[in-house]
Amino acid sequence: MTDFGDSLQLAMGLILSGDESLWAIVFLSLKVSLTAVAIAGLIGMPFGAFLAVMRFPGRGALVVVVNALMGLPPVVVGLSVYLMLSASGPFGVLQLLYTPSAMIVAQVLLVLPIVAALSRQVVEELYGEYREQFLSLGVAGLRTIPTLLWEGRFGLMTALLAGVGRAIAEVGAVMIVGGNINHVTRVMTTTIALETSKGDLGMALALGVVLIVLAISINAAMSLAARSSARYAYA
Amino acid sequence: MRDIGHDFLAQSLGKVIPLRPSLPEMTLKGVQYRASNQVQIDIPSLSISGRGISVILGPNGAGKSLLIRLMHGLISPHAGQVTYEGLPVSGKGRARQAMVFQKPVLLRRSVAANLKFALKFGDTPKSQFDDRIGALLELSGLADKKNQAARSLSGGEEQCLALACALARSPKILFLDEPTSSLDPNATHRIEAILHHASVLGVRIVMVSHSMAQAERLADEVLFISGGKLRDRLKVKEFFNGPTSLEAHTFLSGRLVP
Amino acid sequence: MLRWALSVLVFLMPTFAAADENFIILQSTTSTQNSGLFTAILPKFEHETGIEVRVVAVGTGQALRNARNGDGDALLVHSKADEEQFVEDGFGIARSDVMYNDFVVVGPSADLANVSDGKSVEDAFSAILGANAKFISRGDDSGTHKAEMRLWALSGYGPTSHSGQWYIETGSGMGATLNMASALGGYTLTDRATWIAFANKGDLKILFEGDAHMFNQYGVIVLNPAVHPAVKSYEAGLFSEWLLGAKGQAEIAEYKVDGQQLFFPNAISR
Repeated sequence: MTDFGDSLQLAMGLILSGDESLWAIVFLSLKVSLTAVAIAGLIGMPFGAFLAVMRFPGRGALVVVVNALMGLPPVVVGLSVYLMLSASGPFGVLQLLYTPSAMIVAQVLLVLPIVAALSRQVVEELYGEYREQFLSLGVAGLRTIPTLLWEGRFGLMTALLAGVGRAIAEVGAVMIVGGNINHVTRVMTTTIALETSKGDLGMALALGVVLIVLAISINAAMSLAARSSARYAYA
Repeated sequence: MRDIGHDFLAQSLGKVIPLRPSLPEMTLKGVQYRASNQVQIDIPSLSISGRGISVILGPNGAGKSLLIRLMHGLISPHAGQVTYEGLPVSGKGRARQAMVFQKPVLLRRSVAANLKFALKFGDTPKSQFDDRIGALLELSGLADKKNQAARSLSGGEEQCLALACALARSPKILFLDEPTSSLDPNATHRIEAILHHASVLGVRIVMVSHSMAQAERLADEVLFISGGKLRDRLKVKEFFNGPTSLEAHTFLSGRLVP
Repeated sequence: MLRWALSVLVFLMPTFAAADENFIILQSTTSTQNSGLFTAILPKFEHETGIEVRVVAVGTGQALRNARNGDGDALLVHSKADEEQFVEDGFGIARSDVMYNDFVVVGPSADLANVSDGKSVEDAFSAILGANAKFISRGDDSGTHKAEMRLWALSGYGPTSHSGQWYIETGSGMGATLNMASALGGYTLTDRATWIAFANKGDLKILFEGDAHMFNQYGVIVLNPAVHPAVKSYEAGLFSEWLLGAKGQAEIAEYKVDGQQLFFPNAISR
């Protein structure tokens, strides 16, 4: 019977011992997910702001679609990206399959709707507040976007954190496009899946605890960064 | 806020408002605005030009805020035209105007950064930014708070900053929507002083006011609005001595206007 | 903020380039990987040749599909008929026997279906059927699953009509299936290697083994570059040679867990 207490102890031991293979896996998880969120942010935040500010035919439908895509199943994204990057697929020549780059591509697709939808929400609320003032100052249309993005930086940070949470916790996409190759594409979640399939449930659970500690640390770090720059803003 | 001499104010303003050869002309013709299937504003003809301070008075719900937004081009009339120096206000015509809102809308940045933002979208050359910002900080009495978060200022300080941002664009015509309705007397006094001096330097001022006393202090003329229509337009002394419309009479005597 | 983002990307760029490294991709099964064989023997091959062998461990069906798509350089699975078809269809250059072990039937120690009394595998499977005992199947077209279906056919019965009742199809790998057998107290067919290495045996025990029909043969195939030009057939060929040669076969024989040998090399000596 797997004891939660034993797993917690095992987890603490793993973290404190500085086990090299564990840290390699943690580092890869961070590299893949944080890169994916950074890319998704660079695309999704301006896009979300665009949706918030501009008016065009079909905008309402597009907003609904973006919101719905937040629920994209990771395994479906993984399968689709695999078919794209496979040697018999359209982008096979890039030879990205079974590399961290493929995992990043898949996670960008997963995280992008979240970042875009939440950014749109944040910017839309701000835009309501600033609209008349911007109009009066002569700031209109696309020109409002950079300003609104900076003004909304705290809400946008939450959107990014939501993306990080989604990326670092998913296993379906990275398993298929990465192949869970030891030392190459094995991340925390796929390691947990592997240990479970080997029946080593205690280790799997311990790794799960490590993953949760990792997620909390990321959130804490970003909150601290936000608070220190709060000097220049009104909460 | 520091108490400030009027000479000092005039001096700071002078650095921001250039002498103008031409004076602004704003015209409303056949303007109607509808909301919830009702006509909220109905003004066949109105022209604002030359120098001076016009104060718009009227009971609640008369349409004063709507009128000032129509003039500034923030909303479009359903009928008729609003032009400024011949150009429709919704387009280029808004370039020489500015507005201060009842509740100041400031960016989540420092005081100086807010002023810089306002300057960015005007046509001041970048080399003059620092000078201008300095003058505007003196004007608004916020020089010692220039790096402070704008949103952490007091109500009066925020509104002074909002006014400074509006003046940063060297507007020919300045709109204000009840700018001092929630401010203490000290802040109100400063704002009124700035407006007075701006008017002297040639900025045309059109202001909605909640207070008859303020109108008496500041206005050159009064526009009385009730039920979306312009009932009276008189020089300030004439208005308070005896307006021509029944609605204005009722308003002045303190009873509710139907 | 844009500058920060760009510098992060530039910093990470070098780690994305995979093309320069010397490696091949081996499509294989979860059972082989979970047994720990690859972790033990592949470093020896890399040490000798400098070629890294990257293992993608999925179900046999998926491994064959991936290989058909050209997403790999070599294949190591345990489904002889499918492997031979694969070569016949032109996707592989040739197929060779590498090693074997056997399948075993595991179940709860109480063994209420009396599987352990069976004299043959037909007896064992009939006993399970007769007792309506819970049987957990891979249900995923893997090598193990196909072996299981062959054994049911031997006993003259097809259990899939009872799917969801006492016959439970997980559609998963051997590990997940064993986890379920352990949790539900059910019977299942597993390869011996996975069983020995499995860490969650719980109350499960080997209840039947040794029948000739439970022989489990593994084969290696080098993919055909004529179909997918990007296949590294030279390096994959080196791997196949090594695996089938004296060194590889010796390494396979030496791999033990808890003192037990999991795989028995049986390549035709060259």
